[in-house]
Amino acid sequence: MSTLTDPPPSESFRLSQLIYDTRYRSLTIQVVAFMLIMLGLSWLVSNTVQNLQALGKDIDFGFLGQPAGYDIGQRLVPYDSQATHARAAFVGILNTLLVAVLGCALATVLGVTVGVLRLSKNWIVARLMSVYVEGFRNIPTLLWILLVFAIFSEGLPHPSTFRPDAETGQAESTMLFGSIAMTRQGSFIPRLVYADGAILFVIAIVLALIGIWALRRMAHRRQDATGETMPVLIPSVAILLSALIAANLIISAGSRSNELSLVAVGAEDGMSLAEFSGAAGRIDFCRIRGSGGSFSTQNLLDEREISYRAREFFGDRDSARGLARGECVMIAVPASEAAAFAAELTPELRGDAVAVVLSDTVLEGPAVQVEVPEITESGIARFEGGIPLRNPLIALWLALSLYTSAFIAENVRSGILAVSRGQTEAAFALGLRPNRTMSLVILPQALRVIVPPLISQYLNLTKNSSLALAVGYMDVRSTLGGITINQTGRELEGMLLLGGFYLVTSLIISGAMNVYNQSIKLKER
Amino acid sequence: MASDTHAQTVAYVRDTMIPEAEPPAMESGAIKWLRENLFSSTLNAVLTVLSILAIYWAVTHTVEWLVFGIWDAGSLSECREIRDMRIAEGIWPEGRNVACWAVLSDRWNQLLFGFYPQDLYWRPVAALVVFFIGVAPILFDSVPRKLFYFTALAPFICYWLLWGGTIWGPIFVALGFVLAWAVIRFGQGIVGPLAATIAAFVVPILYWIFVVGPLAGAVGAVAPIGIEFVESNDFGGFMLAFIIGITGIVMSFPLGILLALGRQSDLFIINKTCVIFIEVIRGVPLIVWLFTASLLLNYFLPPGTNFDLLLRVIIMVTFFASAYMAEVIRGGLAALPRGQYEGADSLGLDYWQSMQLIILPQALKISIPGIVNTFIGLFKDTTLVVFVGLSDPIGFTNLIRATTDWNGIYWELFIFVGALFFVCCFAMSRYSQYLERKLATDRR
Repeated sequence: MSTLTDPPPSESFRLSQLIYDTRYRSLTIQVVAFMLIMLGLSWLVSNTVQNLQALGKDIDFGFLGQPAGYDIGQRLVPYDSQATHARAAFVGILNTLLVAVLGCALATVLGVTVGVLRLSKNWIVARLMSVYVEGFRNIPTLLWILLVFAIFSEGLPHPSTFRPDAETGQAESTMLFGSIAMTRQGSFIPRLVYADGAILFVIAIVLALIGIWALRRMAHRRQDATGETMPVLIPSVAILLSALIAANLIISAGSRSNELSLVAVGAEDGMSLAEFSGAAGRIDFCRIRGSGGSFSTQNLLDEREISYRAREFFGDRDSARGLARGECVMIAVPASEAAAFAAELTPELRGDAVAVVLSDTVLEGPAVQVEVPEITESGIARFEGGIPLRNPLIALWLALSLYTSAFIAENVRSGILAVSRGQTEAAFALGLRPNRTMSLVILPQALRVIVPPLISQYLNLTKNSSLALAVGYMDVRSTLGGITINQTGRELEGMLLLGGFYLVTSLIISGAMNVYNQSIKLKER
Repeated sequence: MASDTHAQTVAYVRDTMIPEAEPPAMESGAIKWLRENLFSSTLNAVLTVLSILAIYWAVTHTVEWLVFGIWDAGSLSECREIRDMRIAEGIWPEGRNVACWAVLSDRWNQLLFGFYPQDLYWRPVAALVVFFIGVAPILFDSVPRKLFYFTALAPFICYWLLWGGTIWGPIFVALGFVLAWAVIRFGQGIVGPLAATIAAFVVPILYWIFVVGPLAGAVGAVAPIGIEFVESNDFGGFMLAFIIGITGIVMSFPLGILLALGRQSDLFIINKTCVIFIEVIRGVPLIVWLFTASLLLNYFLPPGTNFDLLLRVIIMVTFFASAYMAEVIRGGLAALPRGQYEGADSLGLDYWQSMQLIILPQALKISIPGIVNTFIGLFKDTTLVVFVGLSDPIGFTNLIRATTDWNGIYWELFIFVGALFFVCCFAMSRYSQYLERKLATDRR
């Protein structure tokens, strides 16, 4: 027992223990590392301060409040060049989120389809899907974006070819299904426009969803209690449809007889629409995006062959601002509020212009109408009405979706393969039919494997949307991190904010993913 | 016995074999294969027919266009003239649409080499050959092990071939590594292992900063051996993509391993530093980092420093890839059973020994698919450098499409660029599958 005869370790502390004694070594390493890191950081900061001083700059976020002075073609909220840089950044953020959400949705649909088909027993389909996956994921995203953009902006017909020829009455190009126009200046799809009170639709959908949830719960309880299954799908669809139809009937009952008055700037008291048109020449009409009243008014103007041009605004406040600035001169408002609206508007107007209620009225029309894009009949050939999808948005959306779908397809495939065959066999042995096996046994287990990488693909797509720069789509990088930086010379602040936005987005998404992962983790032991 | 009673109850038992027969026609050969693989159900039959139609459509629309492409013309309009002429002469049928490959024969040198001097094209090609020879012993077991000496020299040879200039610079920089090795080898006996390790970091750095420049200048003045110097501004096309991609891959791998180990570490400060570094880098798109490199890096460096944009971009790409690499390798480290770590400890190995001998070989093997995916992603991401003003292949497609001669051409250029990227990335993914099979020692 030599250990007993060893001298007891001396308790005195020697400096070399800091390095050779494991009790202290980790602390030493950390202190040294900490000092090195702090030294490095302070070196960077002092360099930055010196450089900024040399350039005569400071760190100041005040530029966000200054007018931006540039236009943004694609926007989801009101914006014009007089708005602030902060507003421009906000428009950019919304555009980034728009393309991210659209892209994730399409990529998921494509990816799941391709992933499942790649596992198909059908030899030729499986091979085709392999080609799809390998082709899209081995070629850079940027190339796909540029290619799709080139196809859309150089391969598609010019809007003027949609205009009927004066002699033959035949147009060179025709719209798909008579309602979708795909041109090299963008694509236009029909838009649903709603009468006032369309919020009822939202309420109806929410109520229907609650109803469906209750139905499913009841069916579940009944199955647990008695073993009998109840049909769920068809009643659910019926609930949703009947709620929508009911809402439609209720709104239409009011809106069909609801009278709108036209308030015009620069008209005289008691003028009719025809007289105003005669006096003003071409009327600039304030169209409110998605409003059934505006749509009905435009139909009336078309019907009476009054020369007008529609200027589009987001909602009442934005259009009132447009009227005040003189961007448009006529608007449709409910008859009961028209006089008050005109009186309120008049002091806002430039010079001594007066807003007057015209004598004609318009009926608001049914609850939902379809606004189909139409080619302008004279002047520059372009499409009006409907939802405009500009080529940069389409190129970015399609290319990112196709590229990401190849990765999602691989995730889906590996997720399904990760569920062992024994699970399927056991389910069959229990007497479950194939579709129930899929929904009750395979999918819940496969989803556990599929969802985490799926979400990180969503994150990648969101970050890849910064390639918008290549096609001139105004996302947050192009507004805040592009034009704003160039105009104000605030590189440091702009890049910090931009990086911060992406970082916060990623951290939120990955945080949500971690919560999800915890909740679905196998509960073992 | 049960079998006996059974035998008694059966009325008839065959006692001779029936002669062997061919399987039914529906259950053999091509028909069976077709039935099982293409027409096993109504849905499958529909899918098969749809797929065949899709393939037919794609083939009829592309093959003619690809095969009859015009290679000999000076501009897009000339291409169209030649096509119209051939149609008018009746050589080609009416309405045939063909590719204009002439853009490639006209501009291939820019797409591949950028503005690199034409008479020096052999140098990037030689550098690529040197790279492949250097990387061969890493990729394949059958290559002689002696080649590893060449591998160690390859980076310096490649650098010298690409940029040119005096040969003494790369030689003296390489000597710094020899110095580090010498300090560790001989210093351990004199000042102890820890001091020798620290000295092995410090001495070469001091040597590079203070000695290499004057030394190379002095020797260069005595013996001016060198080749023509080429500016990084002249680099472009696929050459640039390869330089950024390969350098990024080579450097991000060790950095990624260190970050992953740091993130797994128990040391609080090291752990948190690595976590912050990884999360910040991964949370922001590469394009933002590249803009940071081109707009902001000068703010963070001592006043007056101004170094090459290409170098800045390579550094950013390396950091970016190493953060992703770290996460992949961390996955591999986490997947190893705890027993492996404990086993290494019980053998008395210290941290670096256990990592080097036990943990990393297994963790890296598990993470091969992820690592190669990161490599592929990095190589594809080299296209983003076009946004900070470097002319990579995509930058050149934009330049070419903006000229009057080739305005309006896009399929041909994108197919060429896409095909080259596809070949590289597909080769990498195939190699990773080969490697996985080769290293699959745990499966019988």
